[in-house]
Amino acid sequence: MSKLSLTVFPNYQEAAGELTSFSPSLLLQKGRLLDPQQGLDAVGDVRLQGDKIVQVGNNLPPLAGERVVSCQGLVLAPGFIDMHVHLREPGYEYKEDIASGSQAALAGGFAQICCMPNTYPICDNRSVVEFIKQQAAHANGAIVWPIAAITKGEAGYELSEMVELRQAGVVAFSDDGRPVINGEVMRNALEYSSMLGVPVISHLEDPYLSEGRVMHHGAVSTRLGLKGIPAAAEEIMAYRDLQLAKLVDGQIHLAHLSAAGTVELLRQGKERGIKASGEVTVHHLLLTHEMVAESGYDSNTKVNPPLRTEEDRQALLVGLREGVIDAIVTDHAPHHLDDKRMDFDGAAFGISGLDVAVALILSRLVSRGELSLERMITAFTTGPAQILGLTPPSLTPGSSANITVLDLQLTQEIAATALKSKGKNMPYLGWTLTGWPVMTIVRGKLYAHPSLA
Amino acid sequence: MRRLPRKDILGLEEISTQEMDIILATARSMKELVQSPVKKESSLKGKVVINLFYEPSTRTRSSFELAGKYLGGDVINITTATSSVVKGESLLDTARTILMMGCDVLVVRHSSSGSPHFLAQHLSCSVINAGDGMHEHPTQGLLDLFTIRDQLGSVAGKRVVILGDVAHSRVARSNIWALTKFGAKVTVCGPKTLIPVEVRSLGVEVSYDADTALAEADVINVLRLQLERQHKGLFPSIREYHAGWGLNQRRLNLAKPGALVLHPGPMNRGVEISSDIADGDQSLIEEQVTNGVAIRMALLHLLVGEVARDE
Repeated sequence: MSKLSLTVFPNYQEAAGELTSFSPSLLLQKGRLLDPQQGLDAVGDVRLQGDKIVQVGNNLPPLAGERVVSCQGLVLAPGFIDMHVHLREPGYEYKEDIASGSQAALAGGFAQICCMPNTYPICDNRSVVEFIKQQAAHANGAIVWPIAAITKGEAGYELSEMVELRQAGVVAFSDDGRPVINGEVMRNALEYSSMLGVPVISHLEDPYLSEGRVMHHGAVSTRLGLKGIPAAAEEIMAYRDLQLAKLVDGQIHLAHLSAAGTVELLRQGKERGIKASGEVTVHHLLLTHEMVAESGYDSNTKVNPPLRTEEDRQALLVGLREGVIDAIVTDHAPHHLDDKRMDFDGAAFGISGLDVAVALILSRLVSRGELSLERMITAFTTGPAQILGLTPPSLTPGSSANITVLDLQLTQEIAATALKSKGKNMPYLGWTLTGWPVMTIVRGKLYAHPSLA
Repeated sequence: MRRLPRKDILGLEEISTQEMDIILATARSMKELVQSPVKKESSLKGKVVINLFYEPSTRTRSSFELAGKYLGGDVINITTATSSVVKGESLLDTARTILMMGCDVLVVRHSSSGSPHFLAQHLSCSVINAGDGMHEHPTQGLLDLFTIRDQLGSVAGKRVVILGDVAHSRVARSNIWALTKFGAKVTVCGPKTLIPVEVRSLGVEVSYDADTALAEADVINVLRLQLERQHKGLFPSIREYHAGWGLNQRRLNLAKPGALVLHPGPMNRGVEISSDIADGDQSLIEEQVTNGVAIRMALLHLLVGEVARDE
């Protein structure tokens, strides 16, 4: 394991493992400033004061009393956003809570995350939103933006109080974890929410085609004797929701694309002028259904939508490169060991990802030339920000001091004990990755990855 | 002594022809023991075999039980209705509890594909898959191979038709691996809703027309039809199923003269197979049951048995 020399991080120890404020100001020296949205790629210094970036330039002289962090050899990018995570609180704190999840985000290089509403109780009313915001304020982690349910109780019938929820600060609506089965309800949701300027995020799944099924329907499921979910279960709903968005001029965001056909539908939908966007998870970009067989039915490969074929994976990569897919997400789905350590049919769906998502993309796609660093950064910053109506993260002076710092050379193994998330459920344990986030700056506060200590 | 280079028997996909030859050769001598007046050996003396069955079973469970007892082992049966599973105990906790009592071989049947693999990864004892979901039923595959070889000598080049609900059948998958590895030409046949198209990737021909498929067949292995599939909309009626894919005398006449008829049981007489065929001269269904005991004896012996048995 290569470690960065401590001498280049004179202040790292104060920041290792927790968010730390620096006053009067913090100077990040000689980093490679990479902000694709601004067309910026140059070595330079960034000065932070309070929660703002105040100055960007070359050889900025340190101010009296200022903390200086050398970023030589590191990439400074606008702070990353993960627009699809499950923080499990309230209700399932044994799997994850807002503190552990938002700290896993920090460790993984995310300055902002958006949490899905399928908690207990469901986030379908103002009091749950306020609770989440309050917990997040005390969590000392990444910024947390709640997503509220489309329908009360995610039951698929009555719309949640979208106006009030939007006023309370939610950035999108989704019944994630389950589809809105009734097309009329989805139509109304898209139409009503279009008054608020935030998207409806569709969990694409025809439940009649997926019920009781546990992996992708194909050659591997046939061989393993596991019940398969066909790609059509996703594609059908994608087409329906695109058409409904067109019908009412709503804003639709397609969650966790997994099938080549869905990428094509999204491409066509955008070409037809529909206000549509899409996201892809890290695991769908990296893994296929063969992983279920290779792992010997490891339930950590069980995820919904399921890992699909190599053709699907390639189509997702192409869609991401070409901008058909706007955002990379984790769909961080932490589970307790007890929910996973059982037979494949019985185990819970989901992969934990916040701690390792950025490193996985850097190591398995960027360093292999399958995805440009610029495109990755955009898909973690401007892409999700534009979908959600958030201010696009930027390195320009005046911007919020949210910065993700990457070391493209750092090589580390993924160890369960190093994960900040309570959820150790991932098929990547033991993988050695090169390219890791090493610092995350949130509203001017610096978090350094403990591995640097 | 001869041993298998593995701790567990989870599926025939990963078992080589050399290993299967060893198992079948051992089963040959075991069958003599089963058919002898005094059915007792001591190869498994001091060994404990535990049948852990999460699904109903008559022949597989009693076959394993007798196999263990004929070889002098101690065998107990745990079925879900009488175990602490009904109190909510997890699969792994139940299995670990059993292991701590001193188990040498755990025989598992479970409705979830891959559950024997899961247990094998977590337990130090041998695990034998007695049927996992829709995945494999390796001892059935081996006993079917044994039964066919017994009659035909070799399966290489022989045409075997697996007739019925291939989609949901672990017997079909284990048969496919065993037969294709030894060079048989396997055709799977049934209504399209019960034959996954991807099954071709396992190296078999696919047919939806029983009359065509059965032409020139040397062996017909008829699968049990789960009658509840009708309610899931996979076929319209028992009547239509029997008319289209049931094995009757007219259809059997399309196959090679003397073609062998197998069925893993339990049968739905008059559904997937008519009674006259099940009880007829070409049926090996009862032979399969005896061979099943021999195969299970062979596996128990080869996994944990005493050296003394082999010369």
